[in-house]
Amino acid sequence: MTDAAAEPILTVEHLSMRFGGLVAVDDLSFSARRGDITALIGPNGAGKTTVFNCITGFYKPSVGMIRLTHTNGAEFLLERLFDFRISKHARVARTFQNIRLFPGMTALENLMVAQHNPLMLASGLTFLGIFGIASFTQAERAAIDKARYWLDRIGLIERADDPAGSLPYGAQRRLEIARAMCADPVLLCLDEPAAGLNVRESGELNELLMFIRAEHGTSILLIEHDMSVVMEISDHIVVLDYGLKIADGKPAAVRDDPKVIAAYLGVHDEELDEAHAEAGL
Amino acid sequence: MSVLSEHSTGHRFDFLTALKRALLSALIAFGLFSLLIGIRTDTGPTGALVLTGRPALLAIIVGLVFAGALVRELILRDRGIALGRFVSPDLLARAQALGKFVGLALLGFAILVPIIFYHDRYLLDLGIMILTYVMLGWGLNIVVGLAGLLDLGYVAFYAVGAYSYALLAENFGFSFWICLPLAGILASFWGILLGFPVLRLRGDYLAIVTLAFGEMIRLVLINWQNLTHGPDGITGVPRPSFFGLPFNNDDGGFAHTFGLEWSPLHRIVFLYYLILVLALVTNLVTIRLRRLPIGRAWEALREDEIACRSLGINTTNTKLTAFAMGAMFAGFAGSFFATRQGFISPESFTFTESALVLAIVVLGGMGSQIGVAVAAAVMLGGFEFFREFAQFRMLVFGLAMVAIMIWRPRGLVATRTPSIFLNREKDINAELVRRARTKTWSWRRAQHD
Repeated sequence: MTDAAAEPILTVEHLSMRFGGLVAVDDLSFSARRGDITALIGPNGAGKTTVFNCITGFYKPSVGMIRLTHTNGAEFLLERLFDFRISKHARVARTFQNIRLFPGMTALENLMVAQHNPLMLASGLTFLGIFGIASFTQAERAAIDKARYWLDRIGLIERADDPAGSLPYGAQRRLEIARAMCADPVLLCLDEPAAGLNVRESGELNELLMFIRAEHGTSILLIEHDMSVVMEISDHIVVLDYGLKIADGKPAAVRDDPKVIAAYLGVHDEELDEAHAEAGL
Repeated sequence: MSVLSEHSTGHRFDFLTALKRALLSALIAFGLFSLLIGIRTDTGPTGALVLTGRPALLAIIVGLVFAGALVRELILRDRGIALGRFVSPDLLARAQALGKFVGLALLGFAILVPIIFYHDRYLLDLGIMILTYVMLGWGLNIVVGLAGLLDLGYVAFYAVGAYSYALLAENFGFSFWICLPLAGILASFWGILLGFPVLRLRGDYLAIVTLAFGEMIRLVLINWQNLTHGPDGITGVPRPSFFGLPFNNDDGGFAHTFGLEWSPLHRIVFLYYLILVLALVTNLVTIRLRRLPIGRAWEALREDEIACRSLGINTTNTKLTAFAMGAMFAGFAGSFFATRQGFISPESFTFTESALVLAIVVLGGMGSQIGVAVAAAVMLGGFEFFREFAQFRMLVFGLAMVAIMIWRPRGLVATRTPSIFLNREKDINAELVRRARTKTWSWRRAQHD
């Protein structure tokens, strides 16, 4: 990820999100570069998930612009696209803080659902597929191969035919990431992927994310509390507190930032004032 | 007051608790039956109504309830016999393993019915009725079982299908075979029309709107006198022909053309096979659709709508296609109903019909094709069977339904078969599969994310 070559894939400018009188995100600007793993961190209630919901179309931001650029130069203004179109056209996929798999469907079926749009086209919007035309059968086989590839990658190939709801927690987390990847995203948004994982599992998660970036060139934006994950794999960190951006930079720089330490560990008011004064706020 | 704590405090306390509960049951029974059974109205000598008390009968019934409750409390609960234990899970698992075989056997039986019972017109009529409801059940299964959208107004599309055929035949003289696809198209059009306003609704709210829609269609049929002849209905709906050959005693009729002796049963048998084919088409299309992306999107929609949207699935179209497909099959069934009856009126399309079809789907196990077929046969066969009980028919039948729902809360077939498999096919326990009803809950949860 050489600095010169990497232009931003995602640019967030002056993003604000208000719920009635509550300002969840206040004038946030940052950018994520193509091929980078960008982490969005901050204490509970800092507005991280709100930012995610704005980017992935579940909320319509009150103010601001979110621009996504594809490698071919195509630009998408995400604040203007509505829910499923962000995934379908702008190709942004996401996972959820509380896992949202299809619990009654098998692991394989979960990954097949993620490939809905290309398969739907191949089935001639169902009209041709119902007669089992050859091109659809081929497309379906390709989709199964892709699902098999990801199941193999996340170590769930043996459990492909088990319902997603019956898998262990860590496996469900991995499956949700694989499902998002089956939608062929250019930007993968992960909402606390390491939450509830043990040390070994979060190590595996790191490997998986590094693999996704290296092999598939997918840029990753993640929210995470687990600092072992954040510090180890992210190229760039944005820190939020009470909806405001308080730091933005390389992991090493962010780690030593007094405001970040203050936000995470809590300080006396005087110290906070000092820290703010230092930072010129 | 758990059973466990009662056990630990000794037998005497057990007996007192049981006595208390039995007394409570008896009190409730007294409250319920004092007016229902304890008092009877008769016509007196002057023609006025007089009240006569029946204290003895009331006492017997309350006594029976008391004794029954006491026995249940003391014996059954004490030994930990839950009602559900009477049905062994092994037996059910084995029955499910035989599912495919059972399906084929039932199909074979359904094909042979007109041959075995050729002279039993009553049984053939019952068979036709059961198959009509099997078809309706399979159609509604797409909406409720697969897509998880609770639809209480399904009968509206059945009505649209029936009136489409009757009116097209009456006004334009179209034959059954032209009207059948038209009725399906019109019904699915109405399905989409209903779909639009309810797109944002889920669970209970959706159920209420669909319920209202069903009533609206019925009220329009009653009140639009010029078109539908209102409550009088439409008489003389053309009977079906054997691809152009009418079932009559004329020279050009079916019997004469095939050199058979004319019999009114020919038409009944033909109708039987017609609805059998229509139902099987419904079934085959549903099975096929489940394995296509659209079918998987329906099921994914039932499981988690938010996740669907995050994967780029157009939930609007997905819901509308589910409504349209379900409505189309109801339309087919409706036009079959019109041609079979020869007479239709709004009376035939009341809420009871919707409820019956929904009950078939729920009882069968949502999403299960064979379960729905068995449930339709059990329900309608049950109606006929319990006819002997005269006025207690619905009571007995209701009790039977309650019992089934206690033992098999997920329906007769409580597993989901995956639409695709990599290594080997395994059925999925219904506990994991979301149902139409839980939608409200999951939506509320989604809003708090």
